[in-house]
Amino acid sequence: MSHGNNAAEQVLRSSGVDVRKCMRCGKCTATCPAFDEMEYHPHQFVYMVEKGEIDKLAASPSIYKCLSCFACVERCPRGVEPAKLVEAVRLAVIRKQGMNHLATDAIPALLDEEMPQQALVSALRKYSK
Amino acid sequence: MKFSYYPGCTLKTKGKDLDRYGRLCAEALGVTLAELPDWQCCGAVYPMAKDEIATKLSAVRALASSRDEGTELVTLCSACHNVIKQVNHDMQTDADIALRVNNYLGLDTPYTGETTVLHYLEVLRDRVGFDAIKAAVKNPLTGRKIGAYYGCLLLRPGKVMRFDDPENPTILEDFIRAIGAEPVIYAMRNECCGGYIAVEDKGAAVKRSSAVLDNAAAKGADTLVTACPLCLYNLKKNGGRDDVAVVYFTELLAEALGVK
Ligand code: SF4
Ligand code: SF4
Repeated sequence: MSHGNNAAEQVLRSSGVDVRKCMRCGKCTATCPAFDEMEYHPHQFVYMVEKGEIDKLAASPSIYKCLSCFACVERCPRGVEPAKLVEAVRLAVIRKQGMNHLATDAIPALLDEEMPQQALVSALRKYSK
Repeated sequence: MKFSYYPGCTLKTKGKDLDRYGRLCAEALGVTLAELPDWQCCGAVYPMAKDEIATKLSAVRALASSRDEGTELVTLCSACHNVIKQVNHDMQTDADIALRVNNYLGLDTPYTGETTVLHYLEVLRDRVGFDAIKAAVKNPLTGRKIGAYYGCLLLRPGKVMRFDDPENPTILEDFIRAIGAEPVIYAMRNECCGGYIAVEDKGAAVKRSSAVLDNAAAKGADTLVTACPLCLYNLKKNGGRDDVAVVYFTELLAEALGVK
């Protein structure tokens, strides 16, 4: 449990999010374009971080499905900014040794002719440390 | 009118047309874009975490050198624009981030967010003016039905980007009118194309991009304009239809100004 609490504190600090502002309206999840691909949705990140359930979030593929589109940030009526929690949980995982989600040597196989540098740079920034 | 200009890495490679036409049009409109001599890749995505410092440094270097030049900083790629504007906002409003960034960089004069960051479209709207652009048009794109594709990064977060109304933007539609075409309004114009998910989950990108294109086509658009190389890629590659052209807004401007 103490491990869980430390991890939750780190996520709160790193994200700067105040989870207590959430009024559970679900608007963030309703507008999330990654909804179908996610196991846990933006509003669940908010209350699961509040409950200290970081391990479940950290083990979920959901953290790699966020598109960083800022829709949940823009449309949350309470200014909670759920995307920042998704980012903070993902960072907590990929900052650990050997936990990169995307290895540099896996990249060539994922490319096609027209894919812009921007896609790769973004993916590396989001998935690896 | 002179500005510092940050092209970014994609505009030097796969996104050359966005840059090339942007420069030609700026010249035609009496705008000087002086490329920053020492820019580095911005990282393409804004590092949201408060404890991410190293990933914000290249944006701050560009901001500080623009300040030292005494000019406003112009970006053209939506992603660079988002990163640089959001990092600038951090430097203005988050004392802890600003302190740590400045400790790292050791600039002669610490940077605290003095630079004004403008997207190229903001230069067109706020510095040149759409009326002046309309007057400069030689080949109006009469009869073309063009949908503005804003995507995410130009608009959001609205309180940081201050680019346009994030839920009801008009800047691209005004641009489309200025070059003589008819803007097509469709619901998905400010929803995500899938972005970088295309790298590892093509199916997800296909879903997002085809939703955008299908919606624009249903509303009668023959063309979509964008300011983002990754949006252009996704809509063309993963959008699943070829009856709607997807082009950079600078290319259409060049066509209209007769400099293409
Ligand atoms: S930023 Fe991520 S979590 Fe938020 S709406 Fe977009 S995809 Fe969903
Ligand atoms: S939109 Fe905001 S207030 Fe509503 S559930 Fe999501 S985080 Fe909570």
